[in-house]
Amino acid sequence: MYDGGKIITGLVIGVGLLLFPVFYNAGKASKAPEAVLTEKAKAAQQCVEPISFMKTEHMKMLDEWRQSVVRDDQRYYKSSGGKVYYKGLQTTCMDCHSNKSKFCDQCHDYMGVDPYCWECHIEPKENQ
Amino acid sequence: MAMDRREFLKIAGLSALVGMGGKAGFELLAPGAVEAALKDVPLAAGKKWGMALDVSLLDEGVMDACIEACHIHNNVPYIGNPKEEIKWIWKETYDHAFPGQENEYLAETFKEKHFLLLCNHCTNPPCCRVCPTKATWKREDGIVMMDMHRCIGCRFCMAACPYGARSFNWGDPRKAPKELNPGFPTNTEFPTRSMGVVEKCTFCAERLAKGQYPACVEAAAKVKANALIFGDLDDPKSEVRTALGKRYSIRRKPELGTGPNIFYMI
Amino acid sequence: MLDKALKGSPTYWGWVVILLGLIGAGFGFYLYQFSEGLKITGMSRDVSWGFYIGQLTYFVGVAASGVMVVLPYYLHDYKAFGRITILGEFLAVASIVMCGLFVMVDLGNLPRMLNIILYPNPSSILFWDMIVLNVYMLLNLVIGWNVLSAEKKGVPYPGWVKVLIYISIPWAFSIHTVTAFLYAGIPGRHYWLTAIMAARFLASAFASGPALLILLCLIVRKVTRFDPGKEQIHTLGSIVTYAMILNVFFFSLELFTAFYSQIPGHMHSIVYLFAGLDGHSKLVPWMWTAAFFAFVALLLLIIPATRRKTDVLALACVCVIIATWIDKGFGLVIGGFVPNPFDRVFEYWPTFPEIMISVGVWATGFFVLTILYKVAASVKEEVAA
Repeated sequence: MYDGGKIITGLVIGVGLLLFPVFYNAGKASKAPEAVLTEKAKAAQQCVEPISFMKTEHMKMLDEWRQSVVRDDQRYYKSSGGKVYYKGLQTTCMDCHSNKSKFCDQCHDYMGVDPYCWECHIEPKENQ
Repeated sequence: MAMDRREFLKIAGLSALVGMGGKAGFELLAPGAVEAALKDVPLAAGKKWGMALDVSLLDEGVMDACIEACHIHNNVPYIGNPKEEIKWIWKETYDHAFPGQENEYLAETFKEKHFLLLCNHCTNPPCCRVCPTKATWKREDGIVMMDMHRCIGCRFCMAACPYGARSFNWGDPRKAPKELNPGFPTNTEFPTRSMGVVEKCTFCAERLAKGQYPACVEAAAKVKANALIFGDLDDPKSEVRTALGKRYSIRRKPELGTGPNIFYMI
Repeated sequence: MLDKALKGSPTYWGWVVILLGLIGAGFGFYLYQFSEGLKITGMSRDVSWGFYIGQLTYFVGVAASGVMVVLPYYLHDYKAFGRITILGEFLAVASIVMCGLFVMVDLGNLPRMLNIILYPNPSSILFWDMIVLNVYMLLNLVIGWNVLSAEKKGVPYPGWVKVLIYISIPWAFSIHTVTAFLYAGIPGRHYWLTAIMAARFLASAFASGPALLILLCLIVRKVTRFDPGKEQIHTLGSIVTYAMILNVFFFSLELFTAFYSQIPGHMHSIVYLFAGLDGHSKLVPWMWTAAFFAFVALLLLIIPATRRKTDVLALACVCVIIATWIDKGFGLVIGGFVPNPFDRVFEYWPTFPEIMISVGVWATGFFVLTILYKVAASVKEEVAA
């Protein structure tokens, strides 16, 4: 192979760098996320939408909410169950899920997701 | 099957473009839930919000109350230096509030007096014309609104505003000096902003949606009635139109054609 | 052809390494700005645009100047310029790269940059500026690369390139007109609210761009075996002369309107820049330096005896660049913001991190320029052999 030495060396370094995260974390298993509901959330029995929907769609729903609230002044949401909610991350969602670190962060941290909502929206104060 | 390298690259490139663009194009063009919701009529429909300030009633106490109420409700931080300060509503002397109306022989009371300045929610706002992302736009009810989710921080609106009504978050507002901002954020029902976006008075749009007056109007009313008169300029029977019909009023830089909707009743 | 940029003398590589070092330093400072915010610059609530936008404006002008080589050659058959159209086109590419980077480092929220494409606002001049600048860069890159490539192979370039060339000529005028429109339609800023802004921009562009091109040609002549040509350089010199005359003339027209009408709004910014206002006079020495260099440049350029000497022409070009850079890259933006809408003076001065980030952007632009010019010169050397 022409310039074979350089190519093989380059490949080893490149692939090594690429696979570094795998080697670094080898043998360590992350704890599965355990989302804890607050008493208020348990009492409500259901979130704005059913849990299966919220798990997969809450990001899209929040994005649609923020567009419609800020840009169209549509501040109320009629859920599929007929109940009307005020569209507000801080005021509605976090009212029930006020234990962000034990609820939202559990899955987010596990998935390596860092939503920037909290740069502006105020996190609920948790009693540590 | 003779295909040379050039032909192959052309086909590959085109396929990649279609592959990448196709999905995005489908999502962009497909009707979404937002469009469907547009059929609802917002609470403030048919209104043209504006405000009249009764200059004779506005003393330092009232103005300070307004500024404090606004900054508390909207989590506006005190940065402590004029370079980076953020202000949604503030005081200015006559010469600086109405440059172009200078008057050497102006009555002493007016020379020393402070005027309350805020975003004029212009009828023909230059800031909305220049915003490249429509992060600021004029709503149907007259409010020049801010979408903090979309603002890219280009500050063109700040250059375009002839009234200096807009502020930029030069740093992280949550890192503002703690001594100047005890208890920040002061309103946990309302978000703060992040670093790198422009902000200004929004006529408390979220309060209007609940049927409440803007924070400054409510605060002023507690100290002195009728100092700030907020209402629908399109309704000839509204309080604000009645007041404007009785007294001489001026606006800031009307010759620029922006159509400011903040009136100063002298 | 890009491989030609990988073979060079130690001087070439030394220059490239220096540029890479400056780019790295600039990038480091940019990371600092990204984490702390734009408060680390000298910009403020009252002067909300500063050095970055000033540099953007200046380099759009330099980019537009490529047309001053392309137009005579393709529309008027001035065969001599055929040698150096590639240098003008590649300078345009490098300049637009710098423009784009200056916008990016100026944005408060860079990750949202694509919002201008996702949620466009056609009434915003910034939207159109983004389009025309990017298209112009692509035009010049595609045209330049294809023409050079054809020259290397000794064949005529394909016909569709000619179409692009004809488009690029009015497009060059449009990029600087649109950039001028960023300023010329803003109701509250009286220094900018003038119809002649676009004309001033074009005049100063066609002075500063070809001036830089002349200096680059002289450098190319020195460090490579490709000689752009004495006739080419001196024709460019004539172009710089007329453009600089127009530039200074247009500015003096502004002075007349402001000071004969005696309208405070028109006068105040100019007074601030050249004499100081309310005791603030940071920019005064700079503006008079610009005026001095403009005067010297005009003197050296207008007198044929001095203009015809290549060394003196080079000096005149340096003077043109200094004068136009101060006027457009600095005075223009600051003058628009002072005094502020409340008739108060808040001054602006770039901070050290701001300047280092700008150095990083300049270095990136000159890096692109170096690579492209190396390719062009190598091809020209090869063809001549």
